[in-house]
Parts: sequence; structure tokens; C-alpha cells
Amino acid sequence: MVTTLPKTDVVVVGVGWTGGIVAAELSKKGYKVVGLERGKGRTTADYLMVHDELRYTKRHEMMQDLSKETITFRNHEKMRALPMRQHGAFVVGTGVGGSGAHWSGQNYRFLPYDFQIKTMTEERYGKNKLDSNYILQDWGITYDELEPYFDTFEKMAGISGEENPLGGFRSNPYPTGPMKTSPLLQTFKDATTNLGCHPYMVPSANLSEDYTNPDGISRAACQYCGFCSRYGCEYGAKADPAVTVVPTAEATGNFELRTHSQVVEILHTGNKATGVRYVDVQSGEEFIQPAEVVVVSSFTLNNTRLLLLSNMGTPYDSKTGRGVIGKNYAYQNNCGETVGLFDDRQFNLYMGAGSMGVAIDDFNGDNFDHTDLNFIHGGSIFLLQTGKGPIGFNPTKDGTKNWGKQFKEESIKYYSSQVAIDAQGANLGHRYHYLDLDPTYKDAWGMPLLRMTYDYEDQDREMAKFIGDQTEKIVKEMGATHTYTNREQGPFDIVPYQSTHNTGGVIMGSDPETSAINNYMQMWDFDNVFVPGASAFPHNGGYNPTGTIGALSYRAAEGIDKYLKNGGSLV
Amino acid sequence: MSEKGQNFTEKKSTRRNFLKNSGLTIGGVVLGGAVGSLLGKDNATVTEETGHQQHAAETSSSNTNAALMFFSPEQFQITEAAVERIFPADDNGPGAKELLVAYFIDHQLASGWGTGAKEYTSGPFFPGEGTQGYQSSLNRQDVFTIGLAALESQSKATYEKSFIELSEEEQDAVLTEFDDGKVKMKGVSSDFFFSLLRSTTIEGVYADPLYGGNANMAGWKMKNFPGHQMSFMSMIEKDEVIKLDPIPLSSQHGH
Repeated sequence: MVTTLPKTDVVVVGVGWTGGIVAAELSKKGYKVVGLERGKGRTTADYLMVHDELRYTKRHEMMQDLSKETITFRNHEKMRALPMRQHGAFVVGTGVGGSGAHWSGQNYRFLPYDFQIKTMTEERYGKNKLDSNYILQDWGITYDELEPYFDTFEKMAGISGEENPLGGFRSNPYPTGPMKTSPLLQTFKDATTNLGCHPYMVPSANLSEDYTNPDGISRAACQYCGFCSRYGCEYGAKADPAVTVVPTAEATGNFELRTHSQVVEILHTGNKATGVRYVDVQSGEEFIQPAEVVVVSSFTLNNTRLLLLSNMGTPYDSKTGRGVIGKNYAYQNNCGETVGLFDDRQFNLYMGAGSMGVAIDDFNGDNFDHTDLNFIHGGSIFLLQTGKGPIGFNPTKDGTKNWGKQFKEESIKYYSSQVAIDAQGANLGHRYHYLDLDPTYKDAWGMPLLRMTYDYEDQDREMAKFIGDQTEKIVKEMGATHTYTNREQGPFDIVPYQSTHNTGGVIMGSDPETSAINNYMQMWDFDNVFVPGASAFPHNGGYNPTGTIGALSYRAAEGIDKYLKNGGSLV
Repeated sequence: MSEKGQNFTEKKSTRRNFLKNSGLTIGGVVLGGAVGSLLGKDNATVTEETGHQQHAAETSSSNTNAALMFFSPEQFQITEAAVERIFPADDNGPGAKELLVAYFIDHQLASGWGTGAKEYTSGPFFPGEGTQGYQSSLNRQDVFTIGLAALESQSKATYEKSFIELSEEEQDAVLTEFDDGKVKMKGVSSDFFFSLLRSTTIEGVYADPLYGGNANMAGWKMKNFPGHQMSFMSMIEKDEVIKLDPIPLSSQHGH
């Protein structure tokens, strides 16, 4: 029994940043938009009990219910993929806001180099800098073309920051000034300046001051309470779809949000999608929502999965290198960490905000010469003071057993006297890193799970060695008593938390043979299907992805408007 | 009568004989084994902890949270002894026992987390590679049940004593064997069990007291963590170490 509902102009699958932005922009223009969200609705009132490390960080309050759906994972094709049974390396959000509800709020723009990585790498280093298994592709759009969309996203979210001396061109300053600087951050600024680097305050979606955005949404300033990443913000100070674009969309009267609605299939005939089929997970009822345009705006991994389950686009085949859906899955090469312990200094590390930090880009992108190095790109090296929870933060000297008398003593002492610095390393597309459907394991609705095949490669390991040298210098310059540097990387392990910056699978580009969508996020094979999000990244840059996701979402919204007016392919 | 039923009758009569012979009576009423063992334990606790009278009073009467949802009294005692070795009392402050961490673990195991309610638990099950994460069909209740029994049998095999009767050094030695993965266990490795025991102990030391551990917020006080505070806006830039009295979440809930 499936109930077919009245047709809408646009149906949005997943109401996080990407779906929320598209819904706000199109409903403002008068289009009827239906938002289908698998999880629950949220407001700031849900966060009155949010200062709870056990519930939010350790028990994953805001994350997807893995008993319903998860992924399977293997490092390489010869390994049997097995389900990710518990949360680990990454934590995918669910509910309105998605991962944009529990994020930290670090809001960067990828570098000009990222968007033309193939062209610029070959120009400077020739065609054989990397072996042929790495897949470098330009994005089909330049930084300068994307700049106005970055600007729009930053104004909507009220990003707080100061100019990055090594970043791309900005048409406007940040809408709000940088976050406050703590003594620990000042020590990092001084140390990196002494070493000839160019520190700047991390661009932050935790508001540095009260702010009203161009849509008329007012939000209060961040209180530095220390509960940010993996938590929702009870003040609404952290930009989150639930306190920005979703209320903007709802205020138009043209947006209908349906929570607890799990989309299981995109319906299509010929080169057009006709709508989506979804399950009301509370009643078990099935519905078909017909639509003029379908926007696939769930988490990166689920975007790829829904297209594969719906038989849309050509699945990527690692044997031939052909096909596009599932191609160039990438991650974040967080690497080269140096930990420093101070015997003579204490900091109030329990205070902080998710994006209160300082970064340098001297070793990011192509801001440094790679001629004598065996890798390309790099990462932003940064220090954050996010607010340390006492359960998760138990620093000790290297080699101390992680329980017993000495553990207790050291973990209490260094709770206020530790610093850890690493790089948010870029991660490239690779022939044998991809997403496809698992042949064995199923979700709660009987559909195949997504299978991830992924590992760190030589490129990542070489970067880790190089970054380790830099972070070690910085931590020593900061005056730490003990320093420990990790120059190793991999193999990729699904257990310890690393990053929720999963990218690729439905990548953008200028060639339908090598990409799934054009630079409006419009599918080459279905011109009324748009797939914004980190799934569009042909590789992952050396920063947190959200700023770039936001820009691509505004670009997609513009494209959908054009499509609804004129139809056809937009490029 | 089926074979099963016969066994049951036999068992019942054996148990009745045991109670009759064991002499556990108050006012002429024979007490069941479980009640008897609790009674014995409570007496032991009071004697042992004369130096911590406030704590003893709190666990036995005023703290209505200090009761068991999952553990048997014996499992509780083994857990209480083990967590104290993982996070022992010292000059910094109380250890896991006084922080009521064993109650915290008991309560957590009784929750959806204990049964893996929000985790993927469908088969087929294969051991997998180290990079692929947890692949056993056991939930955390199972792992604790098997692990605590293994702690006990390992203690008896090595020292001919129960784990709770061992000296601190002997307890550390047994726990180290588990930590090193050297003890044979069903379903999971001993180092997996130990790492679960260890991480749950740390959680019980530092989680908000609403969960039953971190008694009197003494875990937080040791680390100078101030709990549930609304704002550090006026303090975030300051150089000096700022010490605030910790505030629990119950304060937010109107208590």
C-alpha cells in the first residue's frame, strides 16, 4: 500500500545544510518545497540538558541509529567488508540539521588550488608527480566563480573571522569579527609567527557577537561554554540549519518539513526523476512524493547509496576505471600530530568553543614547493580550544599505562596542561577508494548497505612525515616540557574517531565521462536531479568541508531555479 | 513428566536443603541465598569503610540510586574491586569505588547501551580484521557477564582466591593479564573486555552525577572541571587558572 501525494515543485531528501539551503532559497522564490528528513525535528529547547558529555559524546545522542542503517567497510578489495556495528572513525548526524547540528563550526573556503588541482599540479610539477592510481580532477568551477556563493553562505551563517593571509580572494570581510583569543591560542600565534608562518583566527560559525543575517534571523553570541562539537547549541550561537535556513524556509509558507521520513528510492522514467518513495518510520506507511525536481541532500555516504539503490547514473567500476557513482570517495588525512605537555603552565582547557582556534596555511594546498617532496597538497595546521570534557580527555606521558595510579596522577595533572597540533590533511581520489552496494548486509528496510573500500596511501604517509616535522617545531616553540610526534599514518581503522569529513561518490566536473554532476550539482544523466554536498568533492581539501559545501549548495539552488524556469541541462 | 521438569524439582529440593543447613535466619525466617549474601556484604562494607562514614551512609540509605539494575551482588563486588584498581584512591582524591563507579556501570549495562540498541547487530558474523571494528554477536551485558566470570576464574586458577580477596598487587597482576590479551575468554578477547571495563570506569568517574557515579562530583573536583556552566565569556581570555565550584545538570532541571 503506497499513497501517492500531490506533486510539489521541489522535494529535498535530507534537511541538513545542503537541503536546508536549497529549501530556503527556493521557497523564498515562491516554489513549493517538501523536506523529507529521516530523523526528528529540533529546536534550541532540545538542548537544555546538553552539557552532558556521556550522553552526547560517548553515547552519540545526535548520531544516526546504526541498528537501522550503517555502512560496511574494508581496506581493499581482497578483504571481506564487514558492517560498522558501532560509531567510530566518523559520526554521521541525523535529524533536522544533520551533521550541521553537531558540527564544530569551523568554516573554511577551500583554496583556489583545490578547484583546479589537476591543471595547477601538472603546470608546476608535470604529469607524473603522482602514480597513475591517484585520480586528480578539476572541479569544473574555479574559486573566483564560486566566491560569491561562499560570501552568501558566510553572511547567512554569520561567520566570525579575520582574513587568511594565504587564502583566496574575498569580496567582503567576514560578517562578524574573530572569536576571542585565549592564552593557549596566543602562545600558538606567537610560536608560529616566530617560525615565519602566517597565523589567523579560524573562521567560526560560533558567533563572536550577536548577529542578524540577511534573511532577518537573529542569533546570540557564543558563550564559550565548551560543549560544541557533537552537541547542539542551546543559545543558537552556533550556526545550524535548525536556527537559520530551516526557519527561513518555514517563514515563507512554501516549505513543508516532514520528519521521520526515510526516503528509500528515487523514482524515474527516461532521463527524468518523477519523485521519491519514502517510509514514515513511525507509522510504517509508504508514500510517493512526486516532484518537478529531486534534491539529494543527505549525508555524503547516503547520497551515493540512494543513487545506487535507485539505479541512477553508472556505478563506478575499479577494474575499468569507468563509471561515476561511488567514485573518488575520500576522507581527511588528519596527520602529523605533535602532543605537548607543560610541567610549568596551566590553561583553562574546559572552556572553549568548537571553532575557537588559530590556523596556518603555510603548509596547505600549493602554498609551499613540493618539487622535492613525494606528495602534493597538504593541510591547515591548527590549534583549537574546544572545551575539554573530563571523560574523553586524559593526557599522559608517552608510555604511561592507561590505567592505575600513574595514569590517574598524570591524567589529572595534564588535563590543564596539554596541547595537540596536527594538520587537517587533504585526501586525493584513488582508483581503489570507492563506494558501492554491499552484497551481504542489509538495512532495517531490507535494502543493501553501502560498502566502503578505503585506505591511506603513500601520498598520505609522506604528508604525515612532513607535517609531523612542522608540528613538532611549533609545539617546541610553544615551550612544552614534553613533546611526542606521530609521523605514521594508516592503515585506515574504522574504530578510533578521526573525522566526519567523508567526501566524494557523486563528484562534480566538466565531463560526463568522469563526473556525475555538473557545476550546478545537476546530474548529467537526470537533469531534474541535483546532488549538492561533500559527495560532490572530487577530492577533499586541507580544511573542514562545510564552508565549501555551503557555497556549492547556494550554487545548486541557483541552478534549480534556472532549471525550473527554462529546463534542460544548465551547462 | 519431562526430563526438564524432573531436574527442576531436584534443584528446588537441593536449594531448600541448602538454606536449611546454612543457618541464614532472622527471627526464625529462612532467608534466600541472594538476600543473605547482600546482608553479609553490607556488613563488610560498613566495617571496611569506617574512615569514609559519609560515603557508607550515602550508599546504604540516603542515596536511593545505589541499587542494582543488572549485576548480581557478586558481579557488583568484582566490578567494584576491579574499577578501584583502574582508578585508585590517592592523594588527588577518591578512587572509583568511593565515586560509586560500579553502580554507574551497572546502570549503564541495564540501558540500551548495554544491549546495543542503537548498534548494528545483524549477522552474518565474521571475526574481521583489526581495522574493521567490533564484530562479535555479544552485547555489552554479555561481555561483562563473561568477563567478570573470567576475572574470577583466573583469580582462582592463579591464587586459589576470589578476585575480591586478592591483594592490590595480585589484582593488578590479574588485570594486566586481561589487558595484555592473555586470558582465554569466550566471544571476545580479554583485552577487549578490559578496555571496555577501563573506558566505562573513566566514564563513571567523570560523567554527570545524574548517572550514578562521580559521587559528590568528586571526580570533577580532582580535574577542576566545573560541570554545567552557562558562560565563560568573561573568563576565556584570562591568564590565571580559574577554579569554579562544579554544578550538576540537576541544577538546570530546577532542583
